[in-house]
Amino acid sequence: MLKNRIIPCLDVKNGRVVKGINFVDLKDAGDPVEQAKIYSDGGADEICFLDITASNENRDTIYDVVKRTSIKCFVPLTVGGGVRSIDDINKLLNCGADKVSINTAAVENPKVVLDSSKKFGSQCIVVAIDAKKNGDKWEIFTHGGRNNSGLDALEYAKKMEDNGAGELLVTSMDRDGTQIGYDVDLMSKIASKVNIPLIASGGVGNLDHLVDGIKLGNASAVLAASIFHYGKHSVQEAKEYLDTKGIPVRI
Amino acid sequence: MKVTIVDYSSGNISSVINSFKEVAKDKVNIEVTADLNKIKSSDKVVLPGQGSFKSCIDALNKINGLTEALTEFAINNKKPLLGICVGLQMFADIGYEESETKGLGWISGIVSKIDNQNGKYKLPHIGWNQINIVKQSKIFENITNNSHMYFVHSYEFLPNDKNVISATTDYSSNIVCSVEKENIFGTQFHPEKSDKLGLKIIDNFMNI
Repeated sequence: MLKNRIIPCLDVKNGRVVKGINFVDLKDAGDPVEQAKIYSDGGADEICFLDITASNENRDTIYDVVKRTSIKCFVPLTVGGGVRSIDDINKLLNCGADKVSINTAAVENPKVVLDSSKKFGSQCIVVAIDAKKNGDKWEIFTHGGRNNSGLDALEYAKKMEDNGAGELLVTSMDRDGTQIGYDVDLMSKIASKVNIPLIASGGVGNLDHLVDGIKLGNASAVLAASIFHYGKHSVQEAKEYLDTKGIPVRI
Repeated sequence: MKVTIVDYSSGNISSVINSFKEVAKDKVNIEVTADLNKIKSSDKVVLPGQGSFKSCIDALNKINGLTEALTEFAINNKKPLLGICVGLQMFADIGYEESETKGLGWISGIVSKIDNQNGKYKLPHIGWNQINIVKQSKIFENITNNSHMYFVHSYEFLPNDKNVISATTDYSSNIVCSVEKENIFGTQFHPEKSDKLGLKIIDNFMNI
């Protein structure tokens, strides 16, 4: 039976791990290579790096981080943040990333998703969707949550599937950093709209939120950052808890 | 001993290289190349594959003499070869991804899309699934039944001779996830991304 995945996410800035509260107020929580290794040894199903300020700053540090991580980390590694072009994707994959997540570039130029999934295969193309609720719909935001594209999240998700995305990483901008739980309404609506796996992100504050993401949000995988970074819970604890709730996990 | 990972521009093979180097340490020489003479003189060959069946076959065929060199290695000389993901799928006669494409024809059968039962199962089949070992294979030495391995694929290999199947995994149906036919081995899952147990499988292959 296929297991639901738990994915610790490391927000990386200038080669160091940080986690923002609603994308501002960054705190330093350590070395990404070391953290990734701790997570993979501790049973993380995948590791995710998001180079959060990459759209604006020099991002060469991420290549070195990915390179050093991939020689120690033998679970899938996804890297996102500031991925603009086929060339960026190629560079990250060559450094040892297994998947690349594309956010702003996919909104501005959906052809990037089409071309990259053709060139590298859908299995390594994750489209990251940052969505914020507006009335009874959700809109897509870009540039780390700063710009509203006005696009409808559900229609956009479907379009990205059609363009060849292998997975969707859906972050609720309303919930990110709040620790009050995923926007399961958003997750389940997108999950029922597409046939590719959905990774839920944004808002995890306790282990029940992970359960909700899977049971109510119909996510295939749940991504979380701060509950793992600051030692509140280990990945193993999270898995054991999900197991008691009847969710299939790899233990 | 020399193990060659075939580098034929089939997509991202850094993880395969990293994992084999991790297992090899200094005992085994890992070559990453498409050089025909180096392949022929190897003790073992690894055939990775990412992307579509068609794109991988096209990439193989683009390198003059590569298919012949691999066939000589695996079929004529019967030296150990491990295919990973699309690398395994290419053993088949025909693949149906993108368009009907002729495979290597080493293990008779076809590669077709997983039946997702009208959307009941998400595709690609991504994540950790358990393997059901149906035949003891050399690469499963000290791997217990129902171990978790990491999968990413939408197509499955349907071999004609079921005796080549060494493991299956349950996703919509019993999907063939490992084969062994004499000296030819293949895994649909990614041992290079399957944590310690995956590294063990790589170690087992190197020790054949």
